[in-house]
Amino acid sequence: MTKKILILLLILIPIKANALIEVDITRGNLNPLPLAVSPLSIDEKSRKGFEKILKKENIGSEISNIVENNLRTSGLFNPLDKKAFLQAPDIANLKPRFEDWNLIKAQALITGKVNYVDDKLRVEFRLWDVLAAKEMMALAFTTVPNNWRRVGHIISDKVYERLTGEKGYFDTRIIYVSEEGPKTQRVKKLAIMDQDGANNKFLTLGNELVLTPRFNPASQMVTYLSYFKNMPRVYLLDIETGTQEVVGDFPGMTFAPRFSPDGKKIIMSFAKDGKSDIYTMDLENRIVEKITNHPSIDTSPSYSPDGKYITFNSDRSGYQQIYVMKNDGSDVKRISFGNGLYGTPVWSPRGDLIAFTKLHKGKFYIGVMRTDGSGERLLTENYYQEAPSWSPNGRVLIFYRETKTNSKGEGFSAKLWSIDLTGYNERQIKTPTDASDPSWSSLLSN
Amino acid sequence: MRLNKIFKNTLLVLAACLVLSACATKKEVATDIQGQMQGDVYTGTDTVEYLADGVPDRVFFATNESILTTASRETLRAQAAWLRKNPNINVVLEGHADERGTREYNLALGERRANAAKDYLMTYGISSDRITVLSYGKERPVDSGSNPLAWSKNRRSVTVKAN
Repeated sequence: MTKKILILLLILIPIKANALIEVDITRGNLNPLPLAVSPLSIDEKSRKGFEKILKKENIGSEISNIVENNLRTSGLFNPLDKKAFLQAPDIANLKPRFEDWNLIKAQALITGKVNYVDDKLRVEFRLWDVLAAKEMMALAFTTVPNNWRRVGHIISDKVYERLTGEKGYFDTRIIYVSEEGPKTQRVKKLAIMDQDGANNKFLTLGNELVLTPRFNPASQMVTYLSYFKNMPRVYLLDIETGTQEVVGDFPGMTFAPRFSPDGKKIIMSFAKDGKSDIYTMDLENRIVEKITNHPSIDTSPSYSPDGKYITFNSDRSGYQQIYVMKNDGSDVKRISFGNGLYGTPVWSPRGDLIAFTKLHKGKFYIGVMRTDGSGERLLTENYYQEAPSWSPNGRVLIFYRETKTNSKGEGFSAKLWSIDLTGYNERQIKTPTDASDPSWSSLLSN
Repeated sequence: MRLNKIFKNTLLVLAACLVLSACATKKEVATDIQGQMQGDVYTGTDTVEYLADGVPDRVFFATNESILTTASRETLRAQAAWLRKNPNINVVLEGHADERGTREYNLALGERRANAAKDYLMTYGISSDRITVLSYGKERPVDSGSNPLAWSKNRRSVTVKAN
């Protein structure tokens, strides 16, 4: 749909300013930065033009709401109540009266303007440092009107990047498994939505069981497990065209697929005779390689971002533990040694950490450890949760959580949640149905 | 005649009530975990169906295990005898896990459990050509409960007629 970057123009107006505000994202979000997101100003002619096409009364306010919501959910920012704003949006965008914004304790201010030009949406926005009374950033975009939500996400990413020094994660999508029906006969469909829950769309009909979808780095393809014709196999799905194909010609169940960081291979497990080993298939020449060869269960493989290493889950020690090996299967090292069982290792896009699920004394944890197994940190504990997936900047994890049923077997639910790497800011991500197995895309625009 | 029919129906309803109440009492006894599990392996018959007279369709496993218990081996010997008597029947062995494990590992564990059953059938003379293995991991529990008894019923390999 919004395949390649539909943003037609992105002009960076270079500025030099001494950034006085800085947000440290490595600490907990105990003191989110207070900031004001002024509604983007819009002239009457443009407002009417967009109202006709987009059925939104004021697209300037709608876009600023997206920005405000993104920044709030990041946990790092505290967008202030618009009712307290003293300056009108159009005047603020020209020259903010910093004393007014200072008065309501805003440390940063976002202003902007929307225009309807040649059937296109033109948006400019500015980020201001209120205390230093300076402009920090000014950008303008022109795009097709239907892209208005993405404009809001891109503005959020730019603001996040300018204030934290790291790339944002708002112009992204989540693919997940939608779940409905009783636990014993669950109907599962692939679904995709924007990171903030908007634009939810189902990709399969629910006729067969589907599990564990994962994006490729370009976020155009998805690999997942489908029970089509009752044969559990790894599939490849092109989100744009809807074409699907089975991956490789294996005489049995293939599962736990993921892409290599360059998108050229799929790594997965193949189960045969009670043993599960890890294989790769090159998507260009279709060559299949066996990576592990052990009578144990080897599954849930995930590449390091440079593609040189693979972390995976194995019970070769007797129980589920996390291992790291070179990408050719050599030099296998166990890295998890804490109490309990460890599963679903997934390498951070920054390369320094591995996120995992841990089961210990009847509780499930989402945690992270360094790639040599040191520095284990448990972020969240619950009755049941698993399958963390990293935001593209490696600062947030999305996972799913299931509730316990009561004595009558009622009360079951599965939902998506996110949590900061710091262990703070745990949030449920609203989905139209129950949901599991989330996978976070890369940034769609860069 | 008509009256007679009504009378008959009433009797049927009465009989049904009796059966139901009998079931209810039986169920209360059945939820006693002591009588239905050995270690954490399910030994009850609540969920068991029969491929033929005296041939139970499923075997149960301990947490994280794929070892066949004495009772499981007995069940599988009965299945092997039944398969030898019915050489035209092929089967699918459906391996399952409980909900207390990660999804992907459980898929592998279900496959391992079904293969344990397959290997045993093969040692009793059933050709591997007649057996297909299919793992559902934790995707198809029979009991939706979140308690040790429900989990024990869900850790299973079920033999299903394929034709």
